[in-house]
Amino acid sequence: MSVVDAPARSEAPEEQVRDRADVRRQVRLVVVFALAAAMVLLFRLTTDSFSVTYLLEAQRSADSQPRSLDGSLVNWVALVLALAGVVLAALNRVPRGGLGLLLYVLVGLSFYVAFMAWAFADQGEGFQASISNPIPGTISIATPLVLGALAGVVCERAGVINIAIEGQFLAGAFSASLFASIALSSLAFIPLWLCAPFGLLGGALAGMLVSAILGLFALRYQVNQVVLGVVIVAFATGLTGFLLGQIPSESTGRLNNPDPLEPLAVPVLSDIPVIGQALFEQTILVYLTYAAVVVVALLLFQTRWGLRVRAVGEHPKAADTVGIKVNRLRWQAVLFGGLLAGLGGAYYTVGSSGAFDKEMSAGTGFIALAAVIMGRWHPVWAALAAVFFGFMRNLGTQLSLVDRIPGDLIGALPYLATVIVVAGFVGRVRPPAADGEPFVKA
Amino acid sequence: MSDPQKGPAAPPVVDPERVDPHEAAAAPRRRFDASAFVPTVVDSVLAVVLALVVGAVLIVFSTERVLGSLPYFFSYPWDFFRFAGEAVGDGYAALVNGSLGGADALTRTLNRAAPLICAGLGVSLAFRAGLFNIGAQGQMLVAGLAAGYVGFTWDLPTGLHALVALLAALVAGALWGGVIGLLKARTGAHEVITTIMLNNVARFVVLYFLGLEAFQRPNSDNKLSPPVDDSATFPAIGNLHLGIVLAVLAALVVWWLLERSTLGFEMRAVGANPDAARTAGMSVPRVYVTAMTLAGVLAGLAVTMTVLGQQNSVTDQVAGTVGFDAITVALLGRATPVGTVLAGLLFGALSAGGLSMQGAAGIAPELSQVLQALIVLFVAAPALVRGIFRIKGRGQGSSVEAKGWGG
Repeated sequence: MSVVDAPARSEAPEEQVRDRADVRRQVRLVVVFALAAAMVLLFRLTTDSFSVTYLLEAQRSADSQPRSLDGSLVNWVALVLALAGVVLAALNRVPRGGLGLLLYVLVGLSFYVAFMAWAFADQGEGFQASISNPIPGTISIATPLVLGALAGVVCERAGVINIAIEGQFLAGAFSASLFASIALSSLAFIPLWLCAPFGLLGGALAGMLVSAILGLFALRYQVNQVVLGVVIVAFATGLTGFLLGQIPSESTGRLNNPDPLEPLAVPVLSDIPVIGQALFEQTILVYLTYAAVVVVALLLFQTRWGLRVRAVGEHPKAADTVGIKVNRLRWQAVLFGGLLAGLGGAYYTVGSSGAFDKEMSAGTGFIALAAVIMGRWHPVWAALAAVFFGFMRNLGTQLSLVDRIPGDLIGALPYLATVIVVAGFVGRVRPPAADGEPFVKA
Repeated sequence: MSDPQKGPAAPPVVDPERVDPHEAAAAPRRRFDASAFVPTVVDSVLAVVLALVVGAVLIVFSTERVLGSLPYFFSYPWDFFRFAGEAVGDGYAALVNGSLGGADALTRTLNRAAPLICAGLGVSLAFRAGLFNIGAQGQMLVAGLAAGYVGFTWDLPTGLHALVALLAALVAGALWGGVIGLLKARTGAHEVITTIMLNNVARFVVLYFLGLEAFQRPNSDNKLSPPVDDSATFPAIGNLHLGIVLAVLAALVVWWLLERSTLGFEMRAVGANPDAARTAGMSVPRVYVTAMTLAGVLAGLAVTMTVLGQQNSVTDQVAGTVGFDAITVALLGRATPVGTVLAGLLFGALSAGGLSMQGAAGIAPELSQVLQALIVLFVAAPALVRGIFRIKGRGQGSSVEAKGWGG
């Protein structure tokens, strides 16, 4: 949570009269730190034996044996840090900027470790599950979410509401599987290692196709974009399900049986301990995702094109007055968004498991939409929101190995955490001013 | 589709006397004006026709016999057209038969339409208050759990039992919906995020409770509740249960609320322009909470149709896809009560007919979902439909209807 809750605002340095927002920030910090301290204390009181094991990798293997962790020490550290946070917040001495961020990160990290130590302690007899590295699981859940969220950001910064991310995911997933399978089975002139990347091309094209529908109806026919997005999701869900049903079972192997992408290790970076393998021994799609975050942020905030996109999203009339072709720019943004979301959809087939299944994105497109809003329509924040969600979802998976918390409640964890973060830390958000408004040249 | 909004006594969306002129001038940008929103009957019919044409193309190219006639199309094209015609004819005959042909089909249509109408009304109501409620699904799940619990554990006389179970559903739905409104009003948390998240939370809450002994079918480890007692079911004629009557009643109440009550006026004012409403002295937070609570009540009503009406057992699938289809229904119905009822009936018919299309003509049930989406799409884009059918419009070309994220 620590990354998300760091408020990056600058208050005016007034000594005498304190802003109400400032007071509220202090109260919130006191409450959060106190809650953390209380929970760490609770962990201590409800634990009998603190012997816990952990892994630096995602899974147990020959060269990664679990090591033991001193849960008691971890708990003390977390308690001290959280209490320090309470004291600093109560005295209104929580530093701003980098130092404050460091405090949040420390408290958050130690709380996380203490929590995991509590959850994995007292496992009783038999097989002892260990705490494992959360990064690989987080990445695999977050990759499509990040791409979907970026797609949403690009579209909405240009003033086109994109609720259809889920539809783009499904179309991308289906088409990626189809392209990769066809490449594998019938296109002899494509080398084998290019078949799965060929699927990515299919995913991107399908995402752009869905975007083209979005663009056609939103920009050309000025249909209400909220209606449009919901309808496109229904359409894509129905159509992919229908088309999947049309693939005869004897040709499933030919049309819906792609080889998943192979992980590629980045030479030096993948040798970094703990994070190296998790971050830099991934498929090309994950690297594309990393790049996409940077590229979208740079495009939107450092290039002329990005300035224009933001202009047509905020005040299309003004942009039009200075000679920017509003709808042409919106078309470009929508298609670019479709490309990103289509790649995100491709993750579900060629990026991970392989064959397409009906409604396989399972509502993650809407999670990506939530990440867009949670990230306040900023590519980096939206990506972080998506990663946060992936982290919580992965945490749920890890916790399901132990029975501290009932399994079904763990399942609700990422969603509840998102609600808490949105209600407690993100608060009111302001969309691009012209988001959802069609532009008609006078 | 007739226009319910043009009644002579319909109040203006924003009372000009109480509102700053600048605010009033800004109002049309965001307003969700129903009168500009209702398409002509011609447009709607043509949209349905166009959707059916696209559907026909899908049917043609998914029928093996038709595809089999393609290789010799140029030497003997008649086969292609005959097989294609038969496939489409059979499919759509099954669609009509399964939804309108005979008492059984009509019953099925009405039973399927009832929850769609109720949940759609909930979405519409929130929409009019400027809230995009994706949360009908979650509200239905929680309400279904409550109704089911009262239905299969309590022991009450017939009639009263159903009423208490119904009330339990409404209260549970209201709470689950009200939380959204409260979060929005107190913290500004965007309702799109919170509804999406609470939908998922609701699923796991239901799963958790179904894992408890008290909620499970005896001698079963599945996450499946027993059906409600007979004393808690809705009265029914044949298979047609009370649901559709309740749905129509709900539509009347919602219509009265929106068009004739102070609360409804405030909701529409807030939906049109929250700043103007606040300036006029209305409590925007109160409206958000009330609107979402009522939306939850309506979603709760929707789920009683399956739990109490058809005695389905409570599972995490008890809401089916009704919660999401409700959004489409509400949008097709232009967020008006009458429109929602009509759209709900249409979707109920398509869903009932889709089943028999699969049974009688071997067409995948997803086709009816595609048809539903296409119909809404074409209804929302009259300019496209008019362009294709070369109809001279009333000069308006395209209707500019927009609504941003609000909040």
